[in-house]
Parts: sequence; structure tokens; C-alpha cells
Amino acid sequence: MFNKQTLDAVRSLLLFQADDHLIIGHRNSEWTGLGPILEEDIAFSSIAQDKIGHALGLYTILNENLGEAEPDTLAFMRNESDFTSCQLVELPIGEYDFSLVRHLFFDTAALIRFEDLATSSFDPVAKLARKVKGEIKYHVFHANTFIKQLGHGSEESKARLQSAINQNFGLALGMFESFEGEKLLIDQGIYKGEAAIREAWLGELQAVLLEADLKMPDAGKVEPVYGGRKGFHTEYLQPLLDEMTEVFRVDPAAEW
Amino acid sequence: MSTTVISATDHIWEAIAQVMDPEIPVLSVVDLGIITDVQIDDQSAVKVFMTPTFSGCPAIKLMEKQVKEAVEGVGHAHVTVETNFDVTWNSNMISEKGREIIKNFGLAPPPKYKGEPDMALLAHTACPYCNSENTTLKTPFGPTLCRSMHYCYDCLQAFEQFKPI
Repeated sequence: MFNKQTLDAVRSLLLFQADDHLIIGHRNSEWTGLGPILEEDIAFSSIAQDKIGHALGLYTILNENLGEAEPDTLAFMRNESDFTSCQLVELPIGEYDFSLVRHLFFDTAALIRFEDLATSSFDPVAKLARKVKGEIKYHVFHANTFIKQLGHGSEESKARLQSAINQNFGLALGMFESFEGEKLLIDQGIYKGEAAIREAWLGELQAVLLEADLKMPDAGKVEPVYGGRKGFHTEYLQPLLDEMTEVFRVDPAAEW
Repeated sequence: MSTTVISATDHIWEAIAQVMDPEIPVLSVVDLGIITDVQIDDQSAVKVFMTPTFSGCPAIKLMEKQVKEAVEGVGHAHVTVETNFDVTWNSNMISEKGREIIKNFGLAPPPKYKGEPDMALLAHTACPYCNSENTTLKTPFGPTLCRSMHYCYDCLQAFEQFKPI
């Protein structure tokens, strides 16, 4: 059994990951009906559906194993400053180049996290992670395929991708903001920690960008955009929450 | 002459086998491999355990309800259906009969794999219409979470696969 401090740290870890998946899931769903080609419309919509499923799985563990509120309450009833999602996931979908690059940044990290958590000593998370990692592989495969195709596409597609990568690299590094109690998780084999995840992410990303003939920014020279894990958000999160919770606020018992 | 011995849960498994995957309505949840355990206690109360194919599968609640009703239909008043991740579902758990059913339904069945599925598996999926392997992956996502979309260069048809996971 784990002590209270450790369980608090597990709570932080699961909450920020659940929030990340919920918010990116919502953003990805905004491509439904707007994708540049039909296959991409379907891909972003399917990925969105998976992400909401992953968020639900994480919120369920928080509820059943860690004494937090029901998943719907966690997703729909908290204030903006209670969300510990990173700022990268809350930005509007923008143009397709931004959404594709964010998808690459986010899912490369998500796969590394869930592959690590699949061997976690905190059993409920390990079980969920073993399921989720197989699904995220498809997300990474999708992102890599399109990054490579467009990296070798036209001058415009290449320039747009490179500029989206450069402009958002600090936000991407913000995914790896450290959180309280992280060391307890590392010591007890629950999670390998943000610094190690970031290191693995840089390696994976570099390999994909190399194949796509795109340039990897120098991580040492880019300031990470932190704050999300502590509840500090951009002006874009509150409108997203307003929209996401609109039906729930009108009729909390609505079914469809 | 031999006597068939029916173990206590056989009739329950048979009842559950009447419940179809709502997205492939000819494939039973038993052949799909998502029923992981059936328990019955001495009061005849039944517990059925399921594991989701995909964690965001929107059909889970519906299947839980249908499984519960199917077991109640064979005379059990107290039935609970629980979905959990204790057993991780993978596409190797689809039965041989299930694979035939998927193919006859017009979907390429997922190839069996060892270890972890490799995305290269997707690139040369055999066409369910003409069996040609001269095919290409159009996109790893399809009309439902469990399908990918492909194209066959020989019979010039688009087709879908129940993807390996």
C-alpha cells in the first residue's frame, strides 16, 4: 500500500493526464466536418473519441480508487483554475498545420507516458495503460505518416509545418512541467517522471522530424511555457469549458 | 452412449452468444472475445465480466444492457455485468468463427500477430473481396473506432479492416 503523500502525487499525475486528454479530445472533435480531406475529418474525429475514452478511464480511477468525484463531475463541474492540463492542448485548432503539429507533439508524449505507466506499480493505472497504449500507437502512426508526407510535400507544406513546429515548441515543452510529489512516484516505481519522459520525447521527435526532412528546434534554447499544471491557463480555456459544458449545465441528467 | 455434462455456466454463455456487436451485427460478443468471465453463485445470481475493445467504444453501455437482458431471459433474476480492464482485449482474442464472420460481413479480419502489433501489418492487408494482397492503407481510422480503410489495386475496391490492436 502507498502512503497518503504518494497517493496525492498519483492523484496529481492522473488528473493532469485526464485533463490533457479531455481538452485535446474536445479540440480534435472541432475538426469534425471541417477536415481538409474526408479521411482527415474521420481521423481527427476518431482520435477525439479515443481521447475522451482515455480521459474517462483516468477520471474513473480517480473516482473509484482515489476518492475523487464522479467522472462527469470532474469533467464538467470544475472551475478553469482546477484544470491542470498544459496550455498546448487548450489552444484553438487554428489551421491544419498547427493541429497536425500539436497532434504529433502531444501523442508522441502520450505514447511514452502510457508505455511507462503500463508497468506501473500502481495497478489500476497499469491495467488502463496497457489498453490505452495500443490505441495511441494508431494516433502516433497517423501523425507520423502525415508529418512525413507533408514534410516531403510542397514548399508551402514544408514551410508551414516548420513554422508551426518552431512557434509552438515552448508550449510543447510545457507538457513536461514537474509537479508536487513526482519524486515519490519515481522512487516507488509508479511513474518515471517528467524529466525522463521529456528526454525520451525529444529523441522520438527528432527521429520523426529527421525522416520528414524538418528541423528539430534546440530544446536548450527554447523557454518552456509552464503554468498549466498549476491551473494557470490562456484566454482560450474558459470559452472551451463553457462550450463543452453547455448541455450539462442546461440539463445535468440529459441522455442521448 | 455418452452423456453431455453441462457445466453450470454453459447455458449462460449460450445466452450471451445471442448478443451481437452493434457495429458488426452478425458478430457475437462471445466470438469478439470481450466476455472475460461468467460466475454464478449458489443463489443463482450471475456476474458477467467484459473488457472493452477500445476504451472510447460508445457501444459498451448498450452491450452491457443487452448481455444483462439475455442472461435474465434464461431465468436468472440477479445479473450484474461489469466492464473492467483486468483482461486487456486484443484482436487475437477474436475466435476463428468470428474471423470468418467478419470476412463474410465484408471487412478484412485483423491478422493474428505475436508480441505487439506492428503498423506494417496494415500496409498489405488482404482484400476481403478478392483476397489480393496488392492493397494500400488509405487511413488507419474508419467509420468506427475499430476499423481502418484500405484500397485494393486488383479489384479496384475500397474496403475496411477490423484493425489489429
